[in-house]
Amino acid sequence: MKAHPIASLIAGVLFGLGLVISGMVNPAKVLNFLDVAGSWDPTLAFVMGGALLITVPGFRLVLKRETPLLDGRFHLPERNDIDAPLIVGAILFGIGWGIGGFCPGPAVTAVTTGMPPVLAFVIAMLAGSWLAGQLRQRMGV
Amino acid sequence: METSFTPLSGLLGGLLIGSSALLLLWANGRIAGISGIVGGLISPQRGEVAWRLAFVIGMLIAAFGYGLGQGGLDVQLPAGWLTLALAGGIVGFGTRLGSGCTSGHGVCGIGRLSGRSLIATALFMGSAGVTVYLIRHVLGGAA
Repeated sequence: MKAHPIASLIAGVLFGLGLVISGMVNPAKVLNFLDVAGSWDPTLAFVMGGALLITVPGFRLVLKRETPLLDGRFHLPERNDIDAPLIVGAILFGIGWGIGGFCPGPAVTAVTTGMPPVLAFVIAMLAGSWLAGQLRQRMGV
Repeated sequence: METSFTPLSGLLGGLLIGSSALLLLWANGRIAGISGIVGGLISPQRGEVAWRLAFVIGMLIAAFGYGLGQGGLDVQLPAGWLTLALAGGIVGFGTRLGSGCTSGHGVCGIGRLSGRSLIATALFMGSAGVTVYLIRHVLGGAA
């Protein structure tokens, strides 16, 4: 196995550990974060804060390099405009997140429980993503 | 469903997620956005599969190992499979259309101070909050 996928595998392990240790793999905790008017659990803010403590200064340093360690270039989004797909997509994502309590990372991680509703969520998520991919191709965005 | 506020494990988990994103950018020059990583697996392009698959396998290994050690993961679902399938479909569609989710926009995009990601994060946090408010306090659902 080459170094590139191994680095990716290690990053995946760290990400998965972060999701389970923080409790974000549990939709009840996420929904209680979103429920400011009810049984509010602020934990998610600490997760996001902890991650940004690393990425904000870390990305700044890393992006001063010409290239990454194991790849020819940085693969970064190049757009800066706020367009309709971004706005509509983000709002839709929030609605689905609020209904199920899962965003993509925790849902993929929770597949290991084998719970049928989690599998249903992930299969539907893949289908929804595929559909939006087709739509974006037709719209040329 | 009551859950307890756990700031320390939350912070620790967040530091791990941030470290993962930093490692992936530093080593491979990629953004650790889960919707993007998974989206690239269902619409595969040459040279874009191995690192994505390795990342997802890493996540599954971590969760499986942690679950074994803890006697199972604490996952409390708000509804049955039909509602979750509906939610999953909307999440998949919305994240692909909007070019990212909590990790891609929230952790990585804000991490590189992207205006698009700041707007997207504010919008999905907002619409998620409104959705939960409507379900729990207007419709009176058990979620």
